[in-house]
Order: sequence, then structure tokens, then C-alpha cells
Amino acid sequence: MESKQTPLGYVSFSVFAWIVGLLIFFPIFWMVLTSFKTELEAVSIPPSFISFDWTLENYAEVQQRSNYFKFAMNSVILAVGSTLVGLVFAVTCAWAMAFNPTKRTKDALLWMLSTKMMPPVGVLVPIYLVFRDWGLLDTRFGLIMVLFLMNLPIMVWMLYTYFKEIPTDILEAARMDGATLPKEIIFVLLPMAVPGIASTMLLNIILAWNEAFWTLNLTTSDAAPLTAFIASYSSPEGLFWAKLSAASTLAVAPILVIGWFSQKQLVRGLTFGAVK
Amino acid sequence: MKRVMGVALCALLAGGVAHANAETKLTIATVNNGDMIRMQKLTDDFTSKNPDISLEWVTLEENTLRQRVTTDIATKGGQYDVMTIGTYEVPIWAEKGWLAPLDNLGSDYDVDDLMPAIRSAVSNDGQLYAAPFYGESSMMMYRTDLFEAAGIEINGRLTWDQTLEIAKKLHKPDEGVYGICLRGKAGWGENMALITTMGNAFGARLFDENWNPTFDSAEWKNALDMYTNVLGNYGPPGATSNGFNENLSLFNSGKCGMWIDATVAASFVTNPKESKVADKVGFTEAPCAVTCTGANWLWAWNLGIPMGSQKVEAAQKFISWATSKAYLELVASKEGWANVPPGTRMSLYQNPKYLEAAPFADETLLAIDSADPINSTLEPKPYVGVQFAAIPEFQGIGTTVGQQFSAALAGQMSVEEALSAAQSSTDRTMRKAGYY
Repeated sequence: MESKQTPLGYVSFSVFAWIVGLLIFFPIFWMVLTSFKTELEAVSIPPSFISFDWTLENYAEVQQRSNYFKFAMNSVILAVGSTLVGLVFAVTCAWAMAFNPTKRTKDALLWMLSTKMMPPVGVLVPIYLVFRDWGLLDTRFGLIMVLFLMNLPIMVWMLYTYFKEIPTDILEAARMDGATLPKEIIFVLLPMAVPGIASTMLLNIILAWNEAFWTLNLTTSDAAPLTAFIASYSSPEGLFWAKLSAASTLAVAPILVIGWFSQKQLVRGLTFGAVK
Repeated sequence: MKRVMGVALCALLAGGVAHANAETKLTIATVNNGDMIRMQKLTDDFTSKNPDISLEWVTLEENTLRQRVTTDIATKGGQYDVMTIGTYEVPIWAEKGWLAPLDNLGSDYDVDDLMPAIRSAVSNDGQLYAAPFYGESSMMMYRTDLFEAAGIEINGRLTWDQTLEIAKKLHKPDEGVYGICLRGKAGWGENMALITTMGNAFGARLFDENWNPTFDSAEWKNALDMYTNVLGNYGPPGATSNGFNENLSLFNSGKCGMWIDATVAASFVTNPKESKVADKVGFTEAPCAVTCTGANWLWAWNLGIPMGSQKVEAAQKFISWATSKAYLELVASKEGWANVPPGTRMSLYQNPKYLEAAPFADETLLAIDSADPINSTLEPKPYVGVQFAAIPEFQGIGTTVGQQFSAALAGQMSVEEALSAAQSSTDRTMRKAGYY
């Protein structure tokens, strides 16, 4: 039986959705607003909303003190690099699990996910020692390896879910037509899974972009991304909210823009297969 | 798509290529404090005098920096050539052989000009293992206008009982003024820094001569009773969230009658650009109780060289420059005498230009001079440190006990329960660590 939504229900649902949306957006809005205040105004109680002396001095200070573009470039290289490397492994892994499952496939999937449950600080010293001995400390290559391994379980899980939606018959038909395994994956499977792959990529880029534990602990200057840039603006003694807000606004701006333009793909990918 | 992949691959490869560099590059890890940032901006002065040395700054938030440099030095990672470390780390790391001794700071460095209390805090067996960049103690900052209006005069050093009475008089939450602001946020460097000095003043100590914790003593109960009473009843609401910066904001907005905290706060609260009450602030020493011994803390941010560094000579040159008398004059010439890093050199407190520019100089000197990390309790103790015990276990102990004291302030447990929990958790840690 189909339930019909009343106009009142529709309106109240819309109002509720707007309230939730605004609540989620408010911290970002407040951060951007604070970045245009002076340090004193940033901490004044009660806080000033719009009627304050707008200033760009925090952005000027941040530009003067830090090389923003160096940090931003490192973030781009780490996020995109770890995603591309991860995709190569995750696609092949998810293909095997989705189309050639064994008795242990489910266990293997769960085991992969369980590695995400360990607190990273538990393996900090061993990984730090490996990085030190292999000369990987403060290198982008080392960071890409860590970020890719860290996000691999999620990538495999997401791609496995998408691949399961694709009928096996189509792949079998391709095989009967003489397609080799690489051709089957590249020309048949991947085009059909584009929304899923796109959303996996985007999610992985966001996760790698925001990752702060490893990027702070394994870098000093050459490979330091935007997380290190933000961390340098928090101070134990003295006012710093306005400058920190300016630095944070600059750090999240690129990912916000990417997210804004790709939101259609992201939503489509994330809800792919959700309604059966 | 091919082009995108190509660009990404090139970028990846570019990341792996190391840049050849003929000059000595020093990587310096530091906290984001005003004085440190000022030093960063004056880098050109050092590099012009030492053209063969370049400086790479890594500025981090205090807790991140502590975690980062501890991991690096403990594993001999060699990522940093100069580290900014506190007076808590220096004796422990020097004892473990993690820090290079500073034995070549130059003939004109004048090591005897360093304040004795600070110098002893960064030395081990008489050898300097870090050079102090700026030092601080704790003192009381108060609103002269509110004191005058309430008819309060300060004659001599206050006691905590008198402080409580003054807080009662000044406390007018309806008018947006709270009697006293103190640290309430849990942490060994937050509420514990203050509460330990209060404990010292009430005759308590962290450990007895045999390393047994003493939180079950009457002295600790008196100290914690006073803390929860004065801050809980006459402090701002939500005091358990307040650390240095939160209290600084409250004081600068004119909401605190008194504030007991780090002496470096004096330059912030008297700066008209940051404070609404810049011209209405007075300074006096931190209150005593049964004793004044250990009633104010001692802390310094220092520059040290990890043992793993391959550039010890260049690093010593830099440290010598950054902590010299000439550096103080350099800052004064660029930013004024009020902005020079305080609390490390005795000559600064004999400089009439500094005394004129910094109205808080006398109280700062008095506070630092009276803080002795070795004799900071009424009864004998086995540890070094005023507001901490310089043993590796203290960070964990201080954080746990700080959480219990914070819970007592919030009313989630009684003072007796908090002290009992502190006693048993500390006893467990010390027993496990093999102290007895």
C-alpha cells in the first residue's frame, strides 16, 4: 500500500531538513566569519555576528608566516596519489571477492575492516622505526603508502558493494565473446561501475585530505600537508582563534570546492544500490 | 583521463626526488607562542650573520609538538636539529642521554647571566643541556578599579583565605564580573600546574621521600577544598573548560576580578590591542597558605639539540644567537622592549628601558627568583620540579589526577572521593613503574 504524504508532513519534513542542514553548516560558517575578525573580537562575549570591523589581517599574517601553496600541493599529491594507488589494488581485490568468492571471502572482508578498529597510536613507534630505517620520514612517497594502506579496507568494501550489484551474466557474456581478464575488468566492469568508483575516489580523497595523525607524525617540512599548516596556528599561550580560522578556511577551501562540484556524483555513488 | 593520470604520476615522481643542497639546513621544531613567532620573523638576522646555515621552521601546537619530538628523540629519528622543550623534559631527557650538552655557545654568551632558578632547571649535574628562550612563574593579576571600588588594599603577600574573602566581595555575576578566574581544564599542564602550587602552599607534596603518593594527606584536602570552594563558588560558570587562553579571554573582556596564572600573561593583559582593561591591571605574588614555599611555579621554554642531530655545531650557533643578550636587543630595536622574551637573563631586569616599558617586570622577577625546583615543598621530597615531578610517569599521573580534580570542581564527586581516587591511581602507577 502506498502512503501519501500530507502537505503538512511535507512542510515539517522540509523545515526539519533545513534545520539539520544549517546546524551542520554552522561551524563552517562561523569559522569563515571568525577569520575576518580581530583576535579580540574573535573571543569577545557575547560574540559579534555581522556588525564588527571586517579585516583581512589574519589572511595576510597567514600568508606571511607560512607557504600555503607548498602545504596545499602536498595535500593534493598525498590525497590523489594514495587514492590512485589504492584504486589499483582495491578494484582487483573487490573484483575477486565479488565475482569469484570463496568460503572465506566474508571473513576476509570483515578482517580487513577490523584493522580499521585499531588506534593508530598503537603502531606509531613500529611504523616510525620502519620509516626511519627506510629513509621514508618526511617523504611524500612514504605518506602515500601509509594513507593508501589505511584507506584500502574502506575502498575494497565500497567497491565490493558496487560490484555485487552488477549482474555476473554480463561478465560471462564478455568472456564468451573472448575478452581476457584485463579486458573484462577495464572495458566491461569499470564502465558499469563508474558512479561507484567515482564516489569511492572522492570519499578516499576526502579521508586522505583530512587525515591528521600520520601526516603530523611522519612529516616535518618537505612532505607536510595542510593538516600541519593548521596545527601550526593553535597556541597554548595567547589569542589565536582568528588566525586559526583563517588558516582552516584556506585549508578546507579546495576540498569544499571539489565537493560542491562533484556532489551529484558523490550522492549518486553513495546511494547506489541502497534502494532495492 | 590519460592526461590527468600523467600529471598525477609526474607529481608523484616529483615528490620522491630529493633536492640537493650545499648549505647546512637546520630544522627547528617550535610551539606557536608569540615570542617564538617573533623569533621566526627575525630569521634573516641570523642567516645574514651565518650565510652557510639556512633555517626550516616546524611550528606545532604544544601537545602535538610534545608527542612529535618525543617520538623522534626516543627513536633517534633525527628529523629535528633544534627542539623547543619545557623544563619538564630537559632533566629527564638529559638523564637518558637524549640531549647533546651545550658546551660551545661562544665566548660572549655570558652563561652566568642566566637566572639561577632557570639555569638549574635546564642543567643536569651542572652541565647545560638546553638554553632558556623565555621563562615564567605564576602570579596574581587583579583589576585595580574593582579593588578600589570595593575598598580593598593589598598589604604584603596575600593568603588563600584572604583571596577567598576578596573573591566573595568582587563576585557580581549579574554585572558580568566573577571574583576569580583559575585554570579548571584537566591536564598536567593545565589545572594541575595551579593545584600543585596550591598544594605546596598548604604544606602538601606529590610524593614523600619514598615515592609514596600523599594525596590522602590533610594538606591536600585543605588545598583542594580551597580550590573547589573559591573557583566553584566565585569563579565563572563552566570553569572546568577554562585553561590559560580561556581565562585570558575572560580577563581581557573585563570579567575577572582576579586571575592567578603565568607571568607571561602580563604582557597580554596590559596590551591595549588585546585587552579592554589594559590600564586597570595590578600585579602581586601568588597567594600563600601555611607556607609560601612552592606557591608559584617555574616554567621555561628552552632550545635543545637531540643527540641524533648531525649538525650540532650549527645548531649551537643558532641556539647561542636566539638566547643571547644581543637577541633581546634585536627584538627591542624591532618591536620595543615590552616584547622581548622575559624571564631568562638577569641583565634584562637591570635594564631601565625594560623596567620602564614593562610595568610587570618587578613582580615577574620576584616570582621567578622565589621559585626553586629543588626546594619547593615544606617537607622533604625526592623529585625535582615545583608544579610537576620530573619523572617520566608524571605526565600520565598528572593527567589522571587532573581529571579527578576537575570532576570534584564540577561536583561530579566529592573532594574526598577525588583525592582517594588520585591516591589509588597514582599508587598503582608508581608500584607498576617499580618505585617501591
